[in-house]
Amino acid sequence: MSVAKPLPHDSGPLHVTGQARYVDDMPLPANALHLAFGLSEVAHGRILSMDLSAVRAAPGVVAVLTAADLPFANDCSPSAHDEPLLAVETVHYVGQPVFLVVAETHLAARKAARLGKTVYQELPAILTHDQALAADSRFGPPVVWSRGDAAAAIAAAPRVIEGRLEVGGQEHFYLEGQAALAMPGEYGDMHVISSTQHPTEIQHKVAEAIGLPMHSVRVECRRMGGGFGGKESQGNALAVACAVAARASGRPCKMRYDRDDDMVITGKRHDFRIDYRVGFDEGGRILGVEFVHATRAGWALDLTHPVADRAMLHADNAYFIPAMRIESHRLRTNTQSATAYRGFGGPQGMVGIERVLDHVAHAVGRDPMEVRRLNFYAAPVAAPGGRLPPGPPEGILKKAKQDGGIQTTHYGQEVRDFVLHDLVARLEETSDYAARRAAVRAWNARNAVIKRGLALTPVKFGISFTLTHLNQAGALVHVYQDGSIHLNHGGTEMGQGLFQKVAQVAAEEFGVPMDLVRITATDTAKVPNTSATAASSGSDLNGMAVQAACAEIRGRMAAHLAERHQVAPEAVVFRGGRVQVGGADYGFGDVAAMVYAARISLSATGFYRTPEITWDRVKGQGRPFFYFAYGAAVTEVAVDTLTGENRILRADILHDTGASLNPALDIGQIEGGYVQGAGWLTTEELVWDDKGRLRTHAPSTYKIPACGDRPRVFNVALYGRENPEPTIYRSKAVGEPPFMLGISALMALSDAVAACGDGSVYADLNGPATAERVLAAIRRQEGRGDV
Amino acid sequence: MTEIAFLLNGTPVRLRDIAPTRTLLDWLREERGLTGTKEGCNEGDCGACTVMVTDAQGARALNACILFLPQLHGKAVRTVEGMAAPDGRLHPVQQAMVDCHGSQCGFCTPGIVNSLVAAHLTGETDHDTVLAGNLCRCTGYAPIIRAAEAARQATPPDWVRDDPSSFAFSEIPSGGSGGADSPPGAAIPRSVDELADWYAANPDGRLIAGATDVGLWVTKGLRDLGPVAFIAGIPDLQGVSVTEDEIRIGAATTIADLRRALAPFHPDLAEMLRRYGSTQVRNAATIGGNIANGSPIGDGPPALIALGATLHLRRGGARRSLPLEKFFIDYGKQDRQPGEFVEAVSIPRQPDRLKCYKLSKRFDQDISAVLGAFSITVENGRVTAARIAFGGMAGTPKRAAGAEAALLGAEWSEATMNAACAALRADFTPLSDMRASAGYRMEAAIGMLRRYWLEDQGLAPRVLEIEA
Repeated sequence: MSVAKPLPHDSGPLHVTGQARYVDDMPLPANALHLAFGLSEVAHGRILSMDLSAVRAAPGVVAVLTAADLPFANDCSPSAHDEPLLAVETVHYVGQPVFLVVAETHLAARKAARLGKTVYQELPAILTHDQALAADSRFGPPVVWSRGDAAAAIAAAPRVIEGRLEVGGQEHFYLEGQAALAMPGEYGDMHVISSTQHPTEIQHKVAEAIGLPMHSVRVECRRMGGGFGGKESQGNALAVACAVAARASGRPCKMRYDRDDDMVITGKRHDFRIDYRVGFDEGGRILGVEFVHATRAGWALDLTHPVADRAMLHADNAYFIPAMRIESHRLRTNTQSATAYRGFGGPQGMVGIERVLDHVAHAVGRDPMEVRRLNFYAAPVAAPGGRLPPGPPEGILKKAKQDGGIQTTHYGQEVRDFVLHDLVARLEETSDYAARRAAVRAWNARNAVIKRGLALTPVKFGISFTLTHLNQAGALVHVYQDGSIHLNHGGTEMGQGLFQKVAQVAAEEFGVPMDLVRITATDTAKVPNTSATAASSGSDLNGMAVQAACAEIRGRMAAHLAERHQVAPEAVVFRGGRVQVGGADYGFGDVAAMVYAARISLSATGFYRTPEITWDRVKGQGRPFFYFAYGAAVTEVAVDTLTGENRILRADILHDTGASLNPALDIGQIEGGYVQGAGWLTTEELVWDDKGRLRTHAPSTYKIPACGDRPRVFNVALYGRENPEPTIYRSKAVGEPPFMLGISALMALSDAVAACGDGSVYADLNGPATAERVLAAIRRQEGRGDV
Repeated sequence: MTEIAFLLNGTPVRLRDIAPTRTLLDWLREERGLTGTKEGCNEGDCGACTVMVTDAQGARALNACILFLPQLHGKAVRTVEGMAAPDGRLHPVQQAMVDCHGSQCGFCTPGIVNSLVAAHLTGETDHDTVLAGNLCRCTGYAPIIRAAEAARQATPPDWVRDDPSSFAFSEIPSGGSGGADSPPGAAIPRSVDELADWYAANPDGRLIAGATDVGLWVTKGLRDLGPVAFIAGIPDLQGVSVTEDEIRIGAATTIADLRRALAPFHPDLAEMLRRYGSTQVRNAATIGGNIANGSPIGDGPPALIALGATLHLRRGGARRSLPLEKFFIDYGKQDRQPGEFVEAVSIPRQPDRLKCYKLSKRFDQDISAVLGAFSITVENGRVTAARIAFGGMAGTPKRAAGAEAALLGAEWSEATMNAACAALRADFTPLSDMRASAGYRMEAAIGMLRRYWLEDQGLAPRVLEIEA
């Protein structure tokens, strides 16, 4: 068995010796050129003149391109064709690429790029939510989805509260900055090596930019040094620039952003302002909620619609809300175009409802955990221990539905396997929640300066692309005549261990040891028309596609051996690197040689599309998700009430990855996701000045969690229950869901802040809860107003 | 400076006529094809480029992105490619990183490995401090700490341990082949006298010690520095000497060395210095640089001012001394003549009453929003001396004159403290920036003063000391 083993990352030995190659590490042909963008210095302005003579005259400069020099499509948008590679007439944010320097070295290109003299007629810049709303500056009208009559439900409710939560954006801070390399070939073909989560999109945009069909462009990616959504569309500009310059010069062209350029140019997580009104009963049961989401999408559309949709789809998180209305405003602002980031709107939607639960708990004076549990979806099929009861799932579900036990989300999807009652109960036990709640209370009664806080928050995250057609994947598997296996699929490796998981599937299917399977770079010439490695879907989709390809080849092998030994093909057993049939016992390599000699193909493609999903985006109704992934976290924090400085002391996590394909890799995703999620809500603050300039454009000013910020006590466990849906080996996706476990850190901080007051004022802490925001919230508790 | 020499992964390298501000990172990647050393930020903040450098003082981790090649003269460098044995056997740290799932995307991993290898060699086991300058975005650090723990008991392998002895440092002239006689473009003076002569002859020149600040002028500002002198290796500019009356700190003393030297005398200053930059930064940065660059947010000056430090300047053969706070005239303006440099800073021996509070968005490796340093002496219930200095509250490191006056001679009581807090509001008019708003800076500064009082009463543990 290779599946379910905690094997190390396939590239581990390469990582630790520096042998793992990233785009910038590729040996370059001697005549390669290097690129850098000249950037806009104003947030909104008309270009009156551009003097690039100093740029052209700078040492090492080979060429300087502007929009007028682009022969074909001037666009790197993944959606609306509204994102020119180089600005045309108008600039829309500080940092927008305006011209492209092609030079002999990276340093020469960077130096020259600063010598451009562009004169702008400055136009009014829209930077904030309020400015955008006032100017009606937006991408499309507000999107409204609702279930029932939320206003009426709230009006009829015994208690009503309202509030506002603001959560900031987030810089991806992949350690490897954006990078691409384009090498021109015969017929104008272009071979692109890109640090991208979406090779097919790179291929598509490059083909448009050089005016050739997609067959002329081949895109490869062996690995990225981190992606987190930031390389779903944000790498397009570099690849397109390289291809355009390579086409013009006939020489290989490489581009990588300096870190400051990377942070200034590329999009980040969408920040959200969430207004809520909620009606509930005296016990804290929610009767109706109205949300107004407003997000700054930045200057171009990018992926804002699906991101904001996913925020709406997670506005319920784990709670059955009988009446709900969500109004979503996607605001056009003169800032970086916000983009995909781990969770893709889900975290923003989820933190909104978690704030509501927290606020309601304060209003009714109950432990927030009890109020959360009270509002959980029903658990129709959870037998004791969280296991599915025996019997065909359809029958169980039907019965549960008749019993009224299956509830639906606000968008009409049945919540069939809601495990959080059991999962949370177990976590409460293993984390010693009740005793620690009492201990925190006792500490806070005794200590005036340092306050502690504790919170448990759940996660229910929908798995599938909400754009249904993206839920497909392809694979290409070759078995060579010596029995070694060449594996390829459409997924990309950004550190999450996808390649290893999928290789485990291949080894499992052929019953061979892992070292027979060679993992190879994602390559649009091998598997075409792929979706981005995104939406946590990598192993779900590509694992199934690879399984299909392997099954095809194995089936041919088995058929051949079965015929030879006059047994049924099902009687051929592939196990332990051997193949047993009718008493004979062959090495896998021997079988490959036999099948080759019999003139049978040992190569196959595999394909998978997720079944059963349907989604009507306009109505906001359907089953957008194949299933949900669940988890919960308990976080304990300490706060210094003199300065607002704060720390996470301990985190306990129980997370549902189905029957894990690789428990070690899954735990890695959970630990890393939690810390990244907690970073989003604590120290990671993006600051723009009133001119729209991003002031936090390097790690010196933008602070992701450092080693000492991780919880000193950090207990992570897998729930270990099979996915009731037929996914690859009954596993569940794990890339994004654990990110939202970090919400417990914000709620724990809010709990600690609440300990500073007399209980009359809700501790409405916004994210990121920097020391400054925490101190301001403490002052509100003390009735002293904002600092 | 016509030639520099160093060991690279055990092999001698001699370079002639290199550009003096060529960084080790660029040279490794572009000239030597050693691409295991990564560029993550190019400003010394992420640690992806961490290498291990050994000299007569021992092994330490440094950021290659802001390390100019002449700084390596006479030293041994080991990159990630040199951490495994020549036969491919992994270093115990590397093996543990694989076994404990310490890498995901792998891009930060070479830097992490090198930081851990250096710490493993020197026996440093405070992993959070060792790794404060190595950012990882994937793992949440937990498996990396497990790896560090797993490798802890293993013996450092020979190929890493033998760097110091395998290179005859003494064979290299301490000033390179040029010394102060070399062309004015770049010099590596061998003594303070040589430095004084060079600087007098090149008053527009630039002195480079650790390059943790000047490095960014090159990598981010893309500036041409003109004539430069590399001064970190000057023996009589280094080290801390303690007499009955004073502690004298050479200008080229690194923050790492300063932290060790001051820990017995002023432990809270040493704890603050634990959070100054990162291990890599502290191994390069010098106290002279921290003072001379005149930054209003440097962490060294407020603490030294609170200790009553005296700054010693030299220009040619002339020396003068002044109270450290007098050196900082205004934002971007110091009391320093062309050709004049910081030779040392001294602090009077005194009973330790110093507390330093460093406030930043992130605890480790972050520039302070506010740095408060307090030394308040109480005798028989009355304040007999009060020195309070802040960074981040004005255009220079600055004393809180009003608060000090409110304390001096008063009863050491909560009422006095409240009066001092009120006075503090009039002492400063801080600015708002991306690190903190003006209002928050003032509130936090008052909180720090209050904390000094509360700690003195045993009433205020620090948030970093709290355990789950």
